[in-house]
Amino acid sequence: MGKQPAAVIGVGQTHHRAKREDVSIAGLCREAIDRALLDANLGFDDIDAIVVGKAPDLFEGVMMPELFLAEALGAAGKPLLRVHTAGSVGGSTAIVASSLVQAGVHRRVLTVAFEKQSESNAMWALSVPVPFNMPVHAGAGGYFAPHVRSYIRRSNAPTHVGAIVAAKDRQNALRNPYAHLRNPDTTVESVLASQMLWDPIRYDETCPSSDGACAVVIGDQAAAEASERPVAWIRATAMRTEPTFFAGKDHVNPRAGADAAKALWHAAGITDPLDEVDVAELYVPFSWFEPMWLENLGFAAPGQGWKLTESGETRLDGVLPVNPSGGVLCSNPIGASGLLRFAEAAMQVMGRAGEHQVPGVRTALGHAYGGGSQFFSMWVVATTPSH
Amino acid sequence: MAVRDVAIVGFAQRQMEEFDGSPTCVELLVPLFGECYEQTGWTRRDIGFWCSGSSDYLAGRSFSFVQAVDAIGVIPPVNESHVEMDAAWALYEAWLKIQTGEVDTALVYGFGKSSAGVLRRTLALQLDPYTMTPLWPDTVSLAGLQARVGIDAGLWDERAMAEVANRSLTDAEKNENAIRKGGSSVEELLSRPMYADPLRKHDCAPVTDGAAAIVIAAGDRAREVCERPAWITGLSTYVDPISMGTRDLTRSPSAARSAAALDLDGVDVAELHAPFSHQELILRRELGLGDDVAINPSGGALAGNPMFTGGLIRFGEAARRIWDGDAGRAVGHATSGPALQQNLVCTMEGRS
Repeated sequence: MGKQPAAVIGVGQTHHRAKREDVSIAGLCREAIDRALLDANLGFDDIDAIVVGKAPDLFEGVMMPELFLAEALGAAGKPLLRVHTAGSVGGSTAIVASSLVQAGVHRRVLTVAFEKQSESNAMWALSVPVPFNMPVHAGAGGYFAPHVRSYIRRSNAPTHVGAIVAAKDRQNALRNPYAHLRNPDTTVESVLASQMLWDPIRYDETCPSSDGACAVVIGDQAAAEASERPVAWIRATAMRTEPTFFAGKDHVNPRAGADAAKALWHAAGITDPLDEVDVAELYVPFSWFEPMWLENLGFAAPGQGWKLTESGETRLDGVLPVNPSGGVLCSNPIGASGLLRFAEAAMQVMGRAGEHQVPGVRTALGHAYGGGSQFFSMWVVATTPSH
Repeated sequence: MAVRDVAIVGFAQRQMEEFDGSPTCVELLVPLFGECYEQTGWTRRDIGFWCSGSSDYLAGRSFSFVQAVDAIGVIPPVNESHVEMDAAWALYEAWLKIQTGEVDTALVYGFGKSSAGVLRRTLALQLDPYTMTPLWPDTVSLAGLQARVGIDAGLWDERAMAEVANRSLTDAEKNENAIRKGGSSVEELLSRPMYADPLRKHDCAPVTDGAAAIVIAAGDRAREVCERPAWITGLSTYVDPISMGTRDLTRSPSAARSAAALDLDGVDVAELHAPFSHQELILRRELGLGDDVAINPSGGALAGNPMFTGGLIRFGEAARRIWDGDAGRAVGHATSGPALQQNLVCTMEGRS
């Protein structure tokens, strides 16, 4: 039978905040799901299966929370899958949901990813000491700072490029009603004046810790064609994994990310990503990862990514707008952050991104990564099913 | 339903009371992958997709699966995914991946070190965190309540449960991987002390550490490496609400629904993932298995039940009966969540 066409037919997300004390975990998920079903003009009865994604269960203190959430997610009496691939999980979850449709098993699949980080302290939940392993006592920022330093040294990038990314994404977030951080006064100068946390990463160059969820409805060809509104066809998906550590590992430009991108562009029929992709939602938890991922994904040659950022080409009106939603730097419910990237890419293609809509988007990239820059998931969505 | 022929062609497992190694079980996985390569003649470069099942809570840390990929040797990088479920569901994800046509082969693995904590207390963290977990009802107690409901309803009795245990422990004598084995008689089992009334120790799966790996492949790739592949004729999974108060605990609608989506006619062998003796009785009813079906010739979960791989092992044991020619059609079953909340059923057959 071969791979069946699949498309995003509805997306929804919560308002992301440091603490969503107004909702339970189930209520948080339902806020995103209800919006996605409304967007798809479907009800729970139309959904064949549910795929749940989230990062470590220690974040909420519930083991396999999809079990107690089953009824609230509309999964009771239906198939339910739970994906966990570290920070890339939101993207991987969308890919597993896509495969249920592409395999011809189901017609309409609901996927939801969430994190209610206020239930615990994410930084320390990430830092549980493990025997015989190098401790990560300062959380993700301390882990990634040396990689950023290495990038700056290798590329000779001016040291304010990270601040350019942070200022851009914070300004973009002002156009996104769901964004967590809303700081209208953020400028390159204000970012550079903020506290240095993990040299060279300053406070304003880091992602927040958010409560939030995202939901996406994926349909087969018939479901997509039945939609009265534009859909986002899933042109290609890719996942790749490499070890956390190995001799010769390139933490700045990881091979798993480059391999995934290569496979993705090939499957999507894209030969010149910078020319053929209209907008990219990249997983950028620390500002400098924008130029790093631009290179890893093949939008720029090694050492050249920062030039796209510095020249303003990743702004909303640039050659390749990156993170028009404000990205991970403005909302970071970890387990949902990848799905948010995938969903925002689809929203751009469907023309439903509101004030942060990039005009005339035909092809968009959603990207996520996790672990020690070792788990990568990505998809290309477009206005037509094939190029 | 999808149409690509996919078969189980490799299976390796380890079960033990206490694994004297890291909770990541990397050390356990390496030899298992070696056995899978030996069975198929493949190397890791022949594997198109990798998928694992495990739990952070069992390992007591975040991202416990991350180091497990070190057992693969993922340089160059691989196409890989992970479910926070029993690895039987990882097999389902891998089967989907093959159905999309993106890959032709997959290696699925699961691992869990149940002995690292007090398992029945750890599993209580699966319950509703607002209303149930604060009461801390452990899984053995919940299973005891389920068994009692069935006894009170006249659906089974302690003797029927002891018969399940006796048959399982007798069959387990032939299973080198079993950690609890040795049948006696129903009378002798019934004379043993209560553990969580009406459950005796032998009614409950032993706390088990372990890991398992299964290789699946499509069409000719399967035929190339296996004389009599166990062709997967159907996979079906459903979940029920968790709430103990609103469920009829004597039933498992999700198991029945999974079976109803498949063709179970003519099944010779069923490997059922029943961590408690009375749950086998529930599953036999929900799957509609007659008396002519051999149940758990491996000894089943009562002989050994490594968490997050116990379901996958059932699939492997069922496939092995087909490889050996002992069965023409077989069923593998996996369960997850308290009191048979979530179920996955896999039908398979031999074709030569």
